[in-house]
Amino acid sequence: MEIALSHYLTVAAALFTIGIAGIILNRKNIIVILMSVELILLAVNVNLVAFSSYLGDLTGQVFSLFILTVAAAEAAIGLAILVTYFRNRGSIAVDDVNMMKG
Amino acid sequence: MSLPAAFFYLFSALMLVSALMVIFARNPVHSVLFLILAFVNASGLFVLLGAEFLAMILVVVYVGAVAVLFLFVVMMLDVDFAELKQGFMHNLPLGLLIGAVAIVELVLAVGGWTDAGVTPMRNMPIEAMTNTEALGLVLYTKYFYLFQAAGLVLLTAMIGAIVLTLQHRPGVKRQSIEAQNARTPAGAVELRKAPSRAGV
Repeated sequence: MEIALSHYLTVAAALFTIGIAGIILNRKNIIVILMSVELILLAVNVNLVAFSSYLGDLTGQVFSLFILTVAAAEAAIGLAILVTYFRNRGSIAVDDVNMMKG
Repeated sequence: MSLPAAFFYLFSALMLVSALMVIFARNPVHSVLFLILAFVNASGLFVLLGAEFLAMILVVVYVGAVAVLFLFVVMMLDVDFAELKQGFMHNLPLGLLIGAVAIVELVLAVGGWTDAGVTPMRNMPIEAMTNTEALGLVLYTKYFYLFQAAGLVLLTAMIGAIVLTLQHRPGVKRQSIEAQNARTPAGAVELRKAPSRAGV
């Protein structure tokens, strides 16, 4: 394993930044926002697995497994809310979500 | 450059490029497909790190379930995506600014961190044990309650998604269990006196 830990950390940091920039750039398109959140969680997972592998401690991988679980649940619920919202409003523009009464 | 290092740079570059394409693609279907590519490359990175089980879980759960869920939703909703894309150039300076701030913070954090305090134990618990076996040994014993809690989270998500998207359309014939249970022979069976050779 001759790749240094900092290499993995750099890749994860770049991925995290891309995810954050994606949320800002696609502020209207909630589908791409959800995908950016998935990218951010993936960056966190890369960090955890890299530390777990370099420290020889499996806890990081177990935690990464739970992050995957929560991310899958979050994607399912987010897309369900999105489908319901689209059914009620006929659009997925998130600019006018400030109205609670459908 | 050794073979693992070459694969590391290949997977990392492909992952970052496809992550950028997720953000910048005009068509959301392309975004989802690039998201799948990013996840596949991340699982390649996990294999390089020796976390084979998580790599396979990433392929099965993300590429197989979550990304396909995204794809279904993108294709199912009839949305004018060109209209949603309009604010993109307007948001570009702010997005680049926040991205730059985040990357500077992360570079400072990574640059200021030294691994002097940690003692790297490069070898995984037991050499003869596979990653999946080692993970299972701790997951079902030490982290058993967390494992159960993860199952509860998934159950909640499943019930929530069903409740949110289930809709009762009028005009669809459904089974009415209470009406079936309330049926009695008196109301259901009619006795008639059939005359001979005449039929009912």
